Amino acid sequence: MELLLDSLFNGVAIGSVLLVAALGLAIVFGLMGVINLAHGELMMLGAYTTYVTQLIFKLPILKPFYNSYIIVSIFLAFIVSGVVGILLEKTIIRKLYGSPLETLLATWGVSLILQQFVRSVPLAYGTGLVISLIIGLFLPTTFPSKIKESINFKYFKFSSWIFAALTGVLSGSVISSSVSKLSRASARNVDVTAPSWMRGQVEIIGTAFPKTRLMIIVITLISVIAITLFLNQSAWGMRIRAVTQNRQMSDCLGISTEKVDIITFGIGSGLAGVAGVAVSLLGSVGPNVGGNYIVGCFMVVVLGGVGNLLGTVLASFGIGIMTDLIGAGRLLSIWPDMPLPLSNTINFFATTSMARVMIFALIVIFLQFKPTGLFPQKGRLVEN
Amino acid sequence: MSLNKIKFDKKIVLSFWIILIALIIAAPTLLPVFRLNLLGRYLSLSIVALGVDLIWGYTGLLSLGQGIFFALGGYCAAMYLQITSSSEFPNNIPEFFALYGVEKLPFFWEPFRSPIFTFFAIWIIPALVSGLIGFLVFRNRIKGVYFSILTQASLLVFFNFFNGQQKLINGTNGLKTDVTQLFGKMVGSESMQRMFFWVTAILVIAAWFFAKWVVKGRFGNILIGIRDDEPRVRFTGYNPVIFKTIIFSIAGGLAGISGALYTVQSGIVSPQFMTVPFSIEMVIWVAVGGRGTLLGAILGAVFINYAKSLVSEALPASWMFIQGGLFILVVTALPEGVLGWIQGDGPRNLLQRFGLKRKIETYPSLEVNNKEGNNE
Repeated sequence: MELLLDSLFNGVAIGSVLLVAALGLAIVFGLMGVINLAHGELMMLGAYTTYVTQLIFKLPILKPFYNSYIIVSIFLAFIVSGVVGILLEKTIIRKLYGSPLETLLATWGVSLILQQFVRSVPLAYGTGLVISLIIGLFLPTTFPSKIKESINFKYFKFSSWIFAALTGVLSGSVISSSVSKLSRASARNVDVTAPSWMRGQVEIIGTAFPKTRLMIIVITLISVIAITLFLNQSAWGMRIRAVTQNRQMSDCLGISTEKVDIITFGIGSGLAGVAGVAVSLLGSVGPNVGGNYIVGCFMVVVLGGVGNLLGTVLASFGIGIMTDLIGAGRLLSIWPDMPLPLSNTINFFATTSMARVMIFALIVIFLQFKPTGLFPQKGRLVEN
Repeated sequence: MSLNKIKFDKKIVLSFWIILIALIIAAPTLLPVFRLNLLGRYLSLSIVALGVDLIWGYTGLLSLGQGIFFALGGYCAAMYLQITSSSEFPNNIPEFFALYGVEKLPFFWEPFRSPIFTFFAIWIIPALVSGLIGFLVFRNRIKGVYFSILTQASLLVFFNFFNGQQKLINGTNGLKTDVTQLFGKMVGSESMQRMFFWVTAILVIAAWFFAKWVVKGRFGNILIGIRDDEPRVRFTGYNPVIFKTIIFSIAGGLAGISGALYTVQSGIVSPQFMTVPFSIEMVIWVAVGGRGTLLGAILGAVFINYAKSLVSEALPASWMFIQGGLFILVVTALPEGVLGWIQGDGPRNLLQRFGLKRKIETYPSLEVNNKEGNNE
């Protein structure tokens, strides 16, 4: 019983990282039919944001609040990855609308560039660049509508970008001079240390659970609830659902699909950033950290079907629990006296990498019966 | 697209072939061994690129998992070489088995003692595996991005499997071929490498003609039909599943041949051939060269890899930026690839833009009609 509980908990912990990461991917895929291969790198940016936030909170001014850095970094990671995602959408993905395979390749190019960027640019200046992007993209939207509608708005926009660039350079150099660890580029992995209140274990019903994993589950819960509320209760959420169901009809009814695309892509990328925070708590952070999770996310999207959050949730927990059950060979300890050939097979698959092999095989078998995932979208089109 | 193809003179074509053959014969004496070896490797990569062009350029299936079949071909060739030259090791089996306490050759390697079996296995096994994967996926009408990420996932599965099985295939260390013997000669020796270069060059040309033959005629038309409008092909009474499975397994077989040639020339096959970036790179060779042109795939594979080795020698860090930029650039600005651009109206339009060539005057209606005809 205890073993089962343990296994369930581990599975839920693995699944919840997958869930946050796959949630963004699934929403974007449902809306635009685009698989973002740079999603893993957006996670990586989120993880690095956590690292940078942690170092900045070690500065004497912010030292008293050090313990809360992880909460701050969740919001920051959301913003950083979201802004990079919005930039990606505005510059590349929008041009490739209607050709998903080309988008796939272009986003792979972006992911290569992001990986190398983290390796060869000092993190301090990377932070500066992101800050200037945030200001440049958001400052013009805060202007009063009188300015926005005037003919000279482009000059205002231009000057706000100059202001953004200056702020970015300034903040970059301030950070690089005050935090020496961030002033040099390095390809080495870095470590995020959890604040003291997150270390150790909690005992529930006689079983000890590590606090970091509990924290990840809490982060996941909050993001899933927030996204569900946003999609189901807000006006923009309704628009997003409308465009997901029928893009042309929504366009005809006056919904700005362009804005919907930007917002959705921003939120999806932001969720990748939040997943990055969770990933940074589990292990060390490096340029390739996203790659370890990304294929799992794809599997969640394939298994869960598009346009249904419940499918994504079930699929990621299913994959998480199966990974733990198979990978740690727990079936054997739950049922010790099973026949020999069966136990040999289970032992053969009882490593993390072989568990992946097994799960993939199971998914392919599953797809033979339900090719469009757990909850397929209903429709009468030929192309679905 | 085919309307604007440049028609070459027969004499030009003939002299092109003579120069090409002369270059292939002369290359081993002109180039130092290191460069010759690199060229041979890149030529063998162009065979897998031909396969990618067949499935992506002609049929519209973007596979991100060609590395599986590439590596399978490589493993078949490498295991044969290891087994045939293992007579001095204990139990007459390749050396690495002793490290993991394996005393008997695993049963599925047994047939690889025969050279004839290996010769066929190199392309038939990858073709069968790709056919099976393809059939299971296509049967359910899984296509587009779904297909791409499923192939990528299966690539990762194979990678994990090969990486983890030390006892069967030496796991992450891979199989070395350069100190093994073939026809009584060392595979890594200079004369053997020269021979491999010629074999590769001949096979590239053979594969090119084979691919041209495949896309010619009705079969090729159906492939293009599947790419442009699959439901319509289905409604016309064809079963796209069969055609897609056949072309996918042809591409798999080509990848296997390519992997075997690459393995003997680079001296090792390892699970690194099955990493995700390598398989996506294959797509970019085709994309840059020009998809749906076949020749573009060959040129793209050779030139991009050559550029990669040059850039990596000079500035190691910048290759990732260049490669990433290439992906974005070729997709947004040059979707037809370089060769497609040349065969289309590209150069003429460019010259016109700079005023170097006069615009061709046509009736507006004619131009409109032409465009519509092209789109079909």
